[in-house]
Amino acid sequence: MSQLFFGYFAGMIAMTAMLVVALRNPVYSALSLLVMFFHVAGLFITLHAEFLAAVQIIVYAGAILVLYLFVVMLLNVKQDDRYHGQWRIAGFVCVPLLIESIVLLSGGTEAADPGNRSLQSGPLDATAVGDNTLAIGKILFSTYLFPFEVASLVLLVAMIGAIVLAKRDIGENDT
Amino acid sequence: MTEFGLRLAISLTQIAAVMGIVVITVLILTLAERKVLGWMQDRMGPMEVGPYGILQPFADAIKLFFKEDIIPAGANKFLFTVAPILCLIPAFIGFAVIPWGPNQTFEVNGITVRPFVISDINIGILYILAFASLGAYGIILGGWASNSKYSLLGGLRSAAQIISYELNVGLSIVGVLILAGSLSLVKITDAQAGGFWNWYLFALPAPQIFAFVVYVISSVAETNRVPFDLPEAESELVAGFFTEYSGLRFAFFFLAEYANMVLVSCVAAALFLGGWNAPYPGTILALIGLPSLAWVENIMWFAVKTYSFLFLFFWLRATLPRLRYDQLMRFGWKVMLPIALGNIVVTSLAVFFYQQMK
Repeated sequence: MSQLFFGYFAGMIAMTAMLVVALRNPVYSALSLLVMFFHVAGLFITLHAEFLAAVQIIVYAGAILVLYLFVVMLLNVKQDDRYHGQWRIAGFVCVPLLIESIVLLSGGTEAADPGNRSLQSGPLDATAVGDNTLAIGKILFSTYLFPFEVASLVLLVAMIGAIVLAKRDIGENDT
Repeated sequence: MTEFGLRLAISLTQIAAVMGIVVITVLILTLAERKVLGWMQDRMGPMEVGPYGILQPFADAIKLFFKEDIIPAGANKFLFTVAPILCLIPAFIGFAVIPWGPNQTFEVNGITVRPFVISDINIGILYILAFASLGAYGIILGGWASNSKYSLLGGLRSAAQIISYELNVGLSIVGVLILAGSLSLVKITDAQAGGFWNWYLFALPAPQIFAFVVYVISSVAETNRVPFDLPEAESELVAGFFTEYSGLRFAFFFLAEYANMVLVSCVAAALFLGGWNAPYPGTILALIGLPSLAWVENIMWFAVKTYSFLFLFFWLRATLPRLRYDQLMRFGWKVMLPIALGNIVVTSLAVFFYQQMK
């Protein structure tokens, strides 16, 4: 049953992700991205990570994609203005990935199993209790505290940078 | 398989009951809004249909059903059709995790049934926020697909507004989550039992009064109600994002707006005002010897709290003029956001020291 769900979600993610770049109308592209976010959230739920699923929808679908749509609609992008016909670059990126995935899939399961087990042991044992949110919070603020803070610092820098770029006239005519 | 069938039947019955209650509430609201506005402006409101005008919602519904359904020339037909549905579904789906009454269970053929909540998932409040944020898509796509500049401007305004104020809604809730230590609405309301001094609005280590004010103002903005109804400002944008909609599709947008109002009122009641808990410990019906009927009293309290919020929505509409767009954005980001963030810091410190002292 869970295999079936995974197959459905994975298939839909792959298909809608391709539609995002293949569709001519940018609004439709954004919408298929929305469908993709939903299926990624579904994938999280099959892994019993409800918190991640909810955050995925709130942050990506609820905030970021709305801003994308906002920009797409304001600019009213014509299809000619977009970058099409990049088949060579796409092939250059995709062929190695395809070979990699074939190697991984044909390599059997013994190579993948230890990785799985190491993920499930250790601090992640808290997920077995059932409260996924608690487990994530504990790990984020103990084991991964430093990377977490660094990530927030990087985001802060990006935010300040965006404000500086958008407000070139700061200090000149401060109203 | 019969067990699965029974489970399914029970769930479907619950969903149907909740949907029915919400739709009836919306019907009552359409009349109540006009009546309340009428009284506040010293007039009668609708009086012609039925005694004292109480059949007006049905007349409106029938009118909307039989109106001609117009799709404007140059509109994107697919998105024009999908947008109202995209708006309506998120508004209704959130009710799945709202606890209407006490957390009781009873057994039917070995299956445990919770009669007053459809589903108690452990990320309840995040689930509501997630789907509330999706309501923006219906509005923004409806505005774009209509191929009209008024609609487009209304849709864009609404997108910016919903994103800005959704952030404040989310942050104002965090204080309550710190106090309750859970994301499940059932657990949050259970933790507020035993008198109004246990409600998170007044509860001790850190009363959430400021968070409550931020939540109420932001939820008014998020549901596009006066004084934050810029997406449908009739003096500038005709009717905003649904200018081109008519008939049943318009009814969908209308229904979604009112269902959203009911939803944010339910969440406010559940998070800050103790949900179905009475303002005194226990219930009167249990005291006079009818503990099996205590749920009636609890549900009544939930309804009273929810309807007071809905009344507040009407009251605001009758009282306040519309904000200008830059005022709206400045208010959201420079006033509401710092208050909500400050509340999180204060609440965390208070809870931490409270636990140290114990």
